Amino acid sequence: MMKMKGPFSLLPLLLALLLAAGCLRGRQPGQRGTGQKQVIQNSGSDTMVNLAQAWAEEYVRIKPAVSVEVSGGGSGTGIASLINGTADIANCSREMTFAERERALQNTGKDPVEHLVGYDALAIFVNLQNPLHEITLEDLAEIYGERGRIERWSDLGVQPPDGKRDKIIIISRQSNSGTYEYFREAVLGKTRDFRLGTIDMHGSKDVVELVARTPGAIGYSGMGYATDRVRMLRIARKHGETAYAPTVPNTQKGIYPVARPLFMYTLGEPEGELRDYLEWIHSPEGQDLVVRSGYVSLSRTGSHAPAQGEEHQP
Amino acid sequence: MTPGRRHLEPLKEWLIERFIWLCGVSAIFFVFAIFIFVFREGADYFFSGFKAGEFFTSIEWYPTSRTHVRYGALALITGTFSVSFLAMFLAVPFGLGAAVFISEFCPPRLKEGLKIVIELLAAIPSVVWGFIGLTIMNSLIVRLFNAPIGLNMFNGAIILALMSVPIIVSIGEDALKAVPDSYREAAVALGCTRWQMIFRVLLPAARNGLLAAVMLGIGRAVGETMAVLMATGHSIRIPHGVLEPVRTLTATIAAELGEAPVHSDHYQVLFIIGILLFTITFVINITADFIVRGIGRK
Amino acid sequence: MFEATDQTRRKQRQESAIKYLLTTMTVIIVLPLLLIIFYLFYKAAPILSLEFLLENPIHGMRSGGIWAPLLGTIYLVLISLLIATPVGIFAAIYLNEYSRESWMTRVINLAVVNLAGVPSIVHALFGLGAFVLFAGIGRSILAASLTLAIMTLPVIIASTKEALAAVPHSFREACWNVGATRWQTIRNVVLPNSISGILTGVILQVSRAAGETAPVMFTGAVFFKAIQTGDPFAYGLLDQCMALSMHLFTISTQVPDVPDALTYGTAVVLLGVVLLFNALAILLRIKLRGKKKW
Repeated sequence: MMKMKGPFSLLPLLLALLLAAGCLRGRQPGQRGTGQKQVIQNSGSDTMVNLAQAWAEEYVRIKPAVSVEVSGGGSGTGIASLINGTADIANCSREMTFAERERALQNTGKDPVEHLVGYDALAIFVNLQNPLHEITLEDLAEIYGERGRIERWSDLGVQPPDGKRDKIIIISRQSNSGTYEYFREAVLGKTRDFRLGTIDMHGSKDVVELVARTPGAIGYSGMGYATDRVRMLRIARKHGETAYAPTVPNTQKGIYPVARPLFMYTLGEPEGELRDYLEWIHSPEGQDLVVRSGYVSLSRTGSHAPAQGEEHQP
Repeated sequence: MTPGRRHLEPLKEWLIERFIWLCGVSAIFFVFAIFIFVFREGADYFFSGFKAGEFFTSIEWYPTSRTHVRYGALALITGTFSVSFLAMFLAVPFGLGAAVFISEFCPPRLKEGLKIVIELLAAIPSVVWGFIGLTIMNSLIVRLFNAPIGLNMFNGAIILALMSVPIIVSIGEDALKAVPDSYREAAVALGCTRWQMIFRVLLPAARNGLLAAVMLGIGRAVGETMAVLMATGHSIRIPHGVLEPVRTLTATIAAELGEAPVHSDHYQVLFIIGILLFTITFVINITADFIVRGIGRK
Repeated sequence: MFEATDQTRRKQRQESAIKYLLTTMTVIIVLPLLLIIFYLFYKAAPILSLEFLLENPIHGMRSGGIWAPLLGTIYLVLISLLIATPVGIFAAIYLNEYSRESWMTRVINLAVVNLAGVPSIVHALFGLGAFVLFAGIGRSILAASLTLAIMTLPVIIASTKEALAAVPHSFREACWNVGATRWQTIRNVVLPNSISGILTGVILQVSRAAGETAPVMFTGAVFFKAIQTGDPFAYGLLDQCMALSMHLFTISTQVPDVPDALTYGTAVVLLGVVLLFNALAILLRIKLRGKKKW
């Protein structure tokens, strides 16, 4: 008799589970929590996911009562989650489009508010065996673009990196990461697509690792992902112009050609814990983590801020 | 038992039997639910904008193009099948060889040990296999085969082969075990060598079971996700050699689903790929099952 | 007579040739497992310790331990177990005790086979479509566990069915003859006699659920979540959580500059958990076989 207790004692538990799920269905993000704990849901750009993770990890030490859930998935996912109310903060490595703002306003009745939190410089990586040190945006477009003319290292005037195989192994990202979209916009232009047959890695780190292991490869990623096993190329806009290295000062001065602002979006002006969190992100402590994660912090001068995006004083 | 509870017994019995029945048919319900819910998410696009011709014949997969969105999945389908068949090309001889070895040559103690090891081999999580492909195999392939890139079809196929070998071995061994001993005795009595016995008697007699084993192996390989996502290089192209990277259907869903806005066309196409995968594995599993039942009846 | 000897010799040569060939093939299959496990342990050795398990990932997940993902995996496994076990056991009872040879039984068996054969990524799509979106549970531990439960149901059904079938029919008949109903017989005779076999299935379910990545990736596992170390109730049912399998995927593909030992350590813990539970199930089965008294 006693032996049969097992499966039966599970049934009420199961029911309780489902009941609990039912009760909590109408929860509000940001106000939900286990016990006393506040949960902030933060999702979006894969470029920013490591930065967001660093903030979340540090913040729980300062405020143990707040727990930040970080998920990646890309800028589009972050915005979608913000719009349907499953995220409090959307990380975005591009600006929200007009259509997305409209949809947010329609769905939630609140205007999304933009918070500039740092910059990211996209670096072009090659293997250490590769003799190449700088490249132009034009050449990059011919390497990566659909019907591009450059397929071999000799087309760029360099010796094949491993001595014999001339073909360039082109490493890219999966087709809807923010990095992919930004690279397309900044390098290929508004209308051109990538060529087929690129090797599309799932994460920025993957790209760098693969370049480090593959002599004939070229790849792109946020400069935060650089390691000493790959080389970052200096980039010029056109042939004959000066090439700049992806460094913090060059990005803050706006002369490095492939850099972009990083945003966090909230629905309406943030309040309560959410406001505290964003304020802390803009504080020197928060910005220090930006630098330590390999991104570019907000420049204090403001006037030289690269590209679009207004400056938010911390 | 108190008398008060006694007259409740029939009711309790009835309730429990209903519940048991419900759980029994739940498996059917879940299979249908999987089909319906996956189809439901992709249905809108499937009936309105979906171009089956482009999907099956074009290799141009541009789900996020600004100017011209194209959903040609030919390269993905080719990728899935090329890596699966290469895996089977490696796994089937070894799997069947091991099945024959275990069932015909192995002393009983070693047999137990081997079966345990093979069961453990089957238990290794796919993400661990993927990790092995990404790190260990990647460097090995570059070094041994002088391949331009270590993440390629061959890498994925070796890992898929190792993942599907346990299924082939265990089902193949079952099939060989099902061959009556009188067949073996008859063969030996006629003066056959073991070689002859295996090739002329055992393999033909266990043909259906072995075929089912191979099919289930293919099913496993086609449906595998994390390992191929991490090991095959994820590149849209029709491969011209085994050392070229490819991209599979499963890996495409895993890589892109997270970033496709919910209910967008792209998101729905990924669900349509899901239905395609479901259909492929469904057909494979049903066929394998019919083949197995076929020998059962004989 | 000499001819016959020749033939015999040739036969013997052939015989040993094929034996060696098949032995080699088997070794080639088995060897990778041992090499891989050995190599993973070798690379992970510097980091493996109790602190590694009990500390949270720190410094951008580049050091520290794996407490948060480990706890998440425990939650996912336990809750999916809670859901899959009763359903799986009762389904097996139906198949083995109630149903007769009919088209219905055939269809159910086919469905179980198919459920086991559906690719894990399709289970993920199903979990996303059915639990996260349709049922409105949202990305959460609950949604991920439900997905895992359905995915691992066939494991429990198969083992339980086997365990039930091993109970001799005469046991049931004896019980029916003293006037017990069908359910009373199952409850008092069949289940107690097959409980260890059922347990084997449950253990295998745990091992399977712990290792899966794709189904939880879109239904409830996150890249990072800050929780307190040492607090076993750090996750709520509707929170999202980290998971060990997903953690291995993220630190090996997304996070830069992770020391090798950390990724190998995570892989070893995941592999260790899975293999440990499998070995447990195998041991239980062997012990059971030795003990059987009928």
